[in-house]
Amino acid sequence: MNVIKVGMADLNIAKSPDRIRTTGLGSCVGVVLFDNQNKIGGMAHVMLPDSSLSKGMLNTAKYANTAIPKLIEDMERAGANRRKLIAKLAGGAQMFAFSVASDAMRIGPRNVEACKLALNEARIPILAEDTGGNCGRTIELDSCTGILNIRTVNQGVKEL
Amino acid sequence: MKFEHFDDFQLDVLREVGNIGAGNAATALSKLISKEIDMKVPQVKIIPFDEISDFVGGAETLVVCVFLRMLGDIPGNMFFIISVDSAKNLLEELLGMTAQDAEVFNDMELSALNEIGNILTGSYLSSLADFTKLNMQPSVPAVAIDMAGAILSYGLLEFGHSGDFALTIDTAFFQGNEKISGHFFLIPDPEALLQLFQALGVPFK
Repeated sequence: MNVIKVGMADLNIAKSPDRIRTTGLGSCVGVVLFDNQNKIGGMAHVMLPDSSLSKGMLNTAKYANTAIPKLIEDMERAGANRRKLIAKLAGGAQMFAFSVASDAMRIGPRNVEACKLALNEARIPILAEDTGGNCGRTIELDSCTGILNIRTVNQGVKEL
Repeated sequence: MKFEHFDDFQLDVLREVGNIGAGNAATALSKLISKEIDMKVPQVKIIPFDEISDFVGGAETLVVCVFLRMLGDIPGNMFFIISVDSAKNLLEELLGMTAQDAEVFNDMELSALNEIGNILTGSYLSSLADFTKLNMQPSVPAVAIDMAGAILSYGLLEFGHSGDFALTIDTAFFQGNEKISGHFFLIPDPEALLQLFQALGVPFK
């Protein structure tokens, strides 16, 4: 069994029995897709909501509206069935509590909204989520079972 | 402005920026706790997002961080980062607060840490403002204790739209026996560098 690492603004897929993991999600959102029949999991570490503000070369994995279609495409190529996909979300926290919340500070919730919108458009049901709050998260998906482990500093480990 | 066009001279200037800012902040810290504080040569790096938290030991390392946003002529993000042990030692030195629970901080301790971060980053920024004659205003600071990756990714959002690299000015400091050690970490916004170079009379393309 290997653990595949997904970096910031990055995405990848894992087939059973491998696991796939991303560390230190703050305002970023970890989007996890899973096909239970074919035992294929995918993960994207989304950093920003919308690619329309992108300057220069576009890294599709960075934005919610481009990362999710790309992840679906990659999973289909790896043998997943698009219609069987389910999604789980984690992250989108607000790490610092400011009294005056500017738009940039609200990036976590905006990332979560954008991910939900993109999943909706792709007609992928969101089975579970652990989003918001003010803590960092490390997530790991087991591509045999589709169980998502979420570790935080203060609340230990939970499963989605 | 493209990072790959930076020459040695420009990087030297940025190192000096870190040197002056962190030097003043280290002096302030030294006065606060009446102990000698040493610092290392600032590191100016153009790093991929993924490696942003490597200098404190990886994305999952637990750190205490005071963050503030720089406003004015050279916008950017400023982080004061110390380990949990250092934070406990600092509180003990400064306020005689004995370390209680290993990883939990109460409201009083958090507030004290926030204020320490405020004083130190404030002296970093005001020395830069004096040096560059630019208008710089710090935002109200905020403190967080969490995974380094989750915290530092905040400093990258401004870079997010223009690429996958960020320019960081990192200065490590430590007290003689390493009881208290940490980093001042400055991430100027991409467009701020032009302003900064202009103010210092550094030629650029």
